[in-house]
Amino acid sequence: MTLPDLSPLWLTLQLAAVTAVVLLILGTPLAWWLSQTRSRVKPVVEAITALPLVLPPTVLGFYLLIIMSPRSPIGAFWVDVTGNTLTFSFTGLVIASALYSLPFTVQPLQAAFEGLGRAPFELAATLRAGALDRFFSITVPMAGRGFLTAAVLTFAHTVGEFGVVLMVGGNIPGQTKVISIAIYEQVETINYADAHVLSAIMLGFAFVVLLFVYTLNRRYPIRVG
Amino acid sequence: MLDVDITHGFGGFDLAVKHRFAAGGITAGFGRSGSGKSTLLRIIAGLEPGAKGHVALDGMLWQDAVSFVKPEARGVGMVFQDARLFGHLTVAGNLEYAAKRAAGLGGPQVVAIARDFDLLPLMDRRPQGLSGGERQRVALARALLSVPRVLLLDEPLAALDDTRKAEILPYLERLRDSKDMPILYVSHSMAEVARIATDIVVMQAGRVLRSGTVEDVLSDPAAVPDLGVRDAGAVLRARVVAHHADGLTELAVSQGVFLLPRFAAAIGAVVRVRIPAQDVILSLHRPVGISALNILPVVIASVFQGDGPGAAIGLVSGEDRLLARVTRRSADAMGLTEGLACYAVVKSVAVAQGDVGLAR
Repeated sequence: MTLPDLSPLWLTLQLAAVTAVVLLILGTPLAWWLSQTRSRVKPVVEAITALPLVLPPTVLGFYLLIIMSPRSPIGAFWVDVTGNTLTFSFTGLVIASALYSLPFTVQPLQAAFEGLGRAPFELAATLRAGALDRFFSITVPMAGRGFLTAAVLTFAHTVGEFGVVLMVGGNIPGQTKVISIAIYEQVETINYADAHVLSAIMLGFAFVVLLFVYTLNRRYPIRVG
Repeated sequence: MLDVDITHGFGGFDLAVKHRFAAGGITAGFGRSGSGKSTLLRIIAGLEPGAKGHVALDGMLWQDAVSFVKPEARGVGMVFQDARLFGHLTVAGNLEYAAKRAAGLGGPQVVAIARDFDLLPLMDRRPQGLSGGERQRVALARALLSVPRVLLLDEPLAALDDTRKAEILPYLERLRDSKDMPILYVSHSMAEVARIATDIVVMQAGRVLRSGTVEDVLSDPAAVPDLGVRDAGAVLRARVVAHHADGLTELAVSQGVFLLPRFAAAIGAVVRVRIPAQDVILSLHRPVGISALNILPVVIASVFQGDGPGAAIGLVSGEDRLLARVTRRSADAMGLTEGLACYAVVKSVAVAQGDVGLAR
């Protein structure tokens, strides 16, 4: 038995990792704002953030395809600046994945931030800690479990993505051909042997990652309180 | 000098306080829960940005109609009932958190403060493993390490049992006597207030009912309805003369001696003793053949008749002041009026251990 081409697997891991990093950087301020604000637009922002949970991935993918196409202003601007199109590129996939997995970053973080309450921040403020200082010295360590959950869920959810990639990424080996697409392709061409191998790898990988995280979480519980 | 002239409305409650807090000593904010005393502390700390008005410390403007200094720039040390230690840090980590952010302000060393508060054996422990009293000691030490300009204590002993309270009170007394900064101490316990406070602000429903030195307010019969009849009682200053073998401690007051159940204090120390008004009996003649040990000659300074069956009688005994609560019927029958000389009788055992504290 020969192994199938494993490059879709590496591409998937790369995409999931980059997406998780990008989303943690962008999603943290958003989650923080949502957890603290008393603004009237909060429900609006929350609803928009949660849209990817409800929308069929094809709908999200369709709109992204339109927005990122070289004929749209954003897509055209990207071509002007970089010389490449956003659609059917790795960068395009990262953008699409980030939108698709946004709620999986923002919601656990928001819940973790809200769970801390105001008390520790008020106390830190009376100890002369400014807002940014408070965020890094109190929020980040105290909401550690929330960050772990957000990172794992975002990573895992991106690994499992299919519809959005199919719409905006297509099936370019090494660029946009992630593992879910590769498996789909093998099944379509009735190459069940390779589909089996890739699927088994995914199953094992997903289980091992989650097992690792839950074991770590149990052995080194993050202390809060 | 902490100057506050503030209004704040929230959730159907409105608070309006105008007061000038003493520059040193402990000012107690006394009142029932919901009287607004904790909110007042939060406003002073800058934690209630919605409050309107004026807050200034020693001429440093913290808040007025156009400016608002953030809490982190005010330099307020705050201690809450629930300590609020940072759970992700050890005791040492909590202390260093404060010290690091006050670096360059000439504050005390972490080790020195930890020694003062007997925290050295606890430094590596997590807050979750500490007793309530230990947590409050860490919280106090941490507040001091931030080199505060004013110390705000919000019911710091309310969650502790009497033994733990007795463990913390000496630290507070030392703080009161060593620091030259305003200390605001919010409490609903008159025993605590009478023991450690130098001044008192009585609050009810968001307003200041009366204020003054603890000695003045607590010996004023007219203040009894504001303080609550059960909590009324003057504070006596006395010097420890001797500890007797029969379990009594002898105190000198300005017109005689006072005997109390033995308590720990050095001979010669000046203590403050709260005498509950309802435990003071008045007699027109010096009583004889009576079990009560303490009989002081007094002159009635003022009589206050409230709505109920009781009357509050302000008494002067030399330099000391006492407060007695008797029925109006007795007051009428005995003809208790201003200027009348009589005798105040106090049972030794009426004074609880917690009612005795070191004087400033």
